[in-house]
Amino acid sequence: MDMVAKSFGEDENTVGIHPLKFSLWLIIISIIMMFAAFTSAYIVRRAEGNWLEYDLPNILLINTVLIALSSVTMQLAHNAAAKNNLSMLRMMLFLTFSLGLAFLVGQWSAWGEMVDNNIFFGGETSNPAGSFMYVLTGVHGFHLITGLIYLAAVIVASLKYKVHSKKMLRIQLCTIYWHFLGGLWIYLYIFLRINH
Amino acid sequence: MSSTDISINKDVHHAHEEHDHHHDQNFFEKYIFSQDHKVIAKQFLFAGIFWGFVGGFLSVIFRLQLGWPEATFTFLEPILGEWIVNGKLDSEFYLALVTMHGTIMVFFVLTAGLSGTFSNFLIPLQIGARDMASGFMNMLSFWVFFLSSIIMFMSLFIETGPAGGGWTVYPPLSALPQAILGSGLGMTLWLISMALFIVSQLLGGVNYITTVINLRTRGMSMTKLPLTIWAFFLTAILGLLSFPVLLSAALLLIFDRSFGTSFFLSDIYIAGEALANTGGSAILFQHLFWFLGHPEVYIVILPTFGIVSEVIATNSRKPIFGYRAMIGSMLGIAILSFVVWAHHMFVTGMNPFLGSVFMFLTLIIAVPSAVKVFNWIATLWRGNIRFTAAMMFAIAFVSLFISGGLTGIILGNSSLDIQLHDTYFVIAHFHLVMGAAAFFGMFCGIYHWFPKMFGRMMDEKLGFVHFWLTFLAVYLVFMPMHYLGIAGFPRRYYSWTGFEAFNMFADMNSFISIAAILGFTAQFIFLFNFIFSIFKGRRATANPWHSNTLEWTTPVNPGHGNWPGEIPTVYRWPYDYSKPGAVEDYIPQNVPFSQTQSSNLPHERDLE
Repeated sequence: MDMVAKSFGEDENTVGIHPLKFSLWLIIISIIMMFAAFTSAYIVRRAEGNWLEYDLPNILLINTVLIALSSVTMQLAHNAAAKNNLSMLRMMLFLTFSLGLAFLVGQWSAWGEMVDNNIFFGGETSNPAGSFMYVLTGVHGFHLITGLIYLAAVIVASLKYKVHSKKMLRIQLCTIYWHFLGGLWIYLYIFLRINH
Repeated sequence: MSSTDISINKDVHHAHEEHDHHHDQNFFEKYIFSQDHKVIAKQFLFAGIFWGFVGGFLSVIFRLQLGWPEATFTFLEPILGEWIVNGKLDSEFYLALVTMHGTIMVFFVLTAGLSGTFSNFLIPLQIGARDMASGFMNMLSFWVFFLSSIIMFMSLFIETGPAGGGWTVYPPLSALPQAILGSGLGMTLWLISMALFIVSQLLGGVNYITTVINLRTRGMSMTKLPLTIWAFFLTAILGLLSFPVLLSAALLLIFDRSFGTSFFLSDIYIAGEALANTGGSAILFQHLFWFLGHPEVYIVILPTFGIVSEVIATNSRKPIFGYRAMIGSMLGIAILSFVVWAHHMFVTGMNPFLGSVFMFLTLIIAVPSAVKVFNWIATLWRGNIRFTAAMMFAIAFVSLFISGGLTGIILGNSSLDIQLHDTYFVIAHFHLVMGAAAFFGMFCGIYHWFPKMFGRMMDEKLGFVHFWLTFLAVYLVFMPMHYLGIAGFPRRYYSWTGFEAFNMFADMNSFISIAAILGFTAQFIFLFNFIFSIFKGRRATANPWHSNTLEWTTPVNPGHGNWPGEIPTVYRWPYDYSKPGAVEDYIPQNVPFSQTQSSNLPHERDLE
């Protein structure tokens, strides 16, 4: 990709990992730190009492299945690209994108369900217990949207025959990020289930 | 100017063709939206200097108030307008002044200005890379910072004034717009600006780490890296791990302010009326803030550790004493910085047992810090010292670090902190150890690498005048503050004349203010020297300090790509100064052992 300075590749690489891939891991670490802050704040705050207990929306389980499935299709897309199976690649990318969208729609309806149960983000009757739920899902959703944008870019590239076994970097980065977003959600889901 | 085009495709690239590809860049590509790490470094430097003067100016205004609380400041009306009421400084604007002074100095000058300048400039040059891993992300990092700067600068001029809740922006004060003027629009802009600032730091930090890990030249192992690079590398890791936490805290604060949540708010009465917010915890914000806040002070000071180590070794003409101990102590400090945050919170009513755990961890930091100080002094010991302006600042840095560090041991004790918390003792401590010391490290770096940045030398005599005035001013300002603090004089107070106990310190406060104005004035000597030397300074040679590191093997004015030919290969560590048997008193890193047979040590014979 032309984002990388030419200097890379001129001499043999010191650690054998592409700089952009390495950068992506670092970005992932910073996102992990953000959620570590949110979830530890959640635990600390909950331990102090005055905490509103409520039922998690049931649709979250369906969403979790959706995002796990999208990780599978993303991996299949990656494997298809490696084998130059371009029609499979496109189908799987589209499928991943739709599953990602479906997940977001599902999260939206989870919010709707919470609002119906009078669990609000802000306002006079809100409690940090509910607000935290919105923040965790919201910030995760924001990152998922960035993932979808990147996925769309990969889809466009794949339609232009720019993703194949000799040009794997884009889809590799996308796969790593997508798996991370899926993993992050599963962590959040388990976290919310346990600390409830 | 030699220039290497590094934007062409890898497939058609051959090393010997490098001179032939001259890619014509227009003014904007070359100086404004440049992806060249050296240009971006200078952009950060200019922005940092600008912010330094803004932050310094704010401190002079509040020092006027503190030094002469009874005086009238009608002469400030042309600048401050309605913030001067009947010749008196508005008390809420005073709070905004200290808040903005802290924010600007800590984040915009000593984080962005320092790391942004020297990490960007030195990492590719010293590890032997053509540029950063991603020039685009690097450019983005500066321009996001620029945007954040504009927003912060704008907030100085709005009607309700800039943020006024202290640079730590503790809620509930910062969360409730009705609390003080500074918690209104100014605070909103502060939060937006800081969120952008964090994004900028993450973009930069990701680049620094990736570049150090991936793009080192042939032979440049991690244990042959100059200590500057180690320092920048660890700084970037600290930033990567701690800034996202501040972003989380800022986000929750934004929600509390603008979306009606109650993360940090509970049971608050304003003018006798209860607010609806329940269930929040103000202490939670302090935990989140200081989890960033403490590593942040090391983000400020670590780069200068590296700069000072490099300058002291070069100008003592001696190998740095304890190279690996220097790396180890920086690592130790970096790790410890994440487990000591609650020492800022000893008096928040935390469990005393927890307090002693944090006290214990805090005091351990004295060990690696002492290792560093010992090694710097041992490097100076019997060295063939050359007192350049940069060297003066480096030595003074060690002095400031000792005097400021010692009081850190006092403050780190949870029982002593009960008396000293939020007094001028704390102000004196952190201004010496991370404020002034980091500034001295930054000046040291600017004087030392100026020839590489601009191809010209700064004036040494003006440098000495700048140094002595600044050095004197710093001690004259902060030494007396220790006494004020021990007497219980509280920080952040607009006026202390109403307190019988503190009236006796009027003269001392005036004295501090005079010294502060002297110190601020001295910076204009630096500014003049800096700007004048860019255009009219004596032309520099390729290696004016006879230094070993790779940046001095580039042409005097390196183009984009740094080396016109092949990137040099590294054979030795960067501190072969005054090696017995060597022809000269320095052997650059790119000189192979086969060329220095007279000075090779027994174990280096194998490498010939």
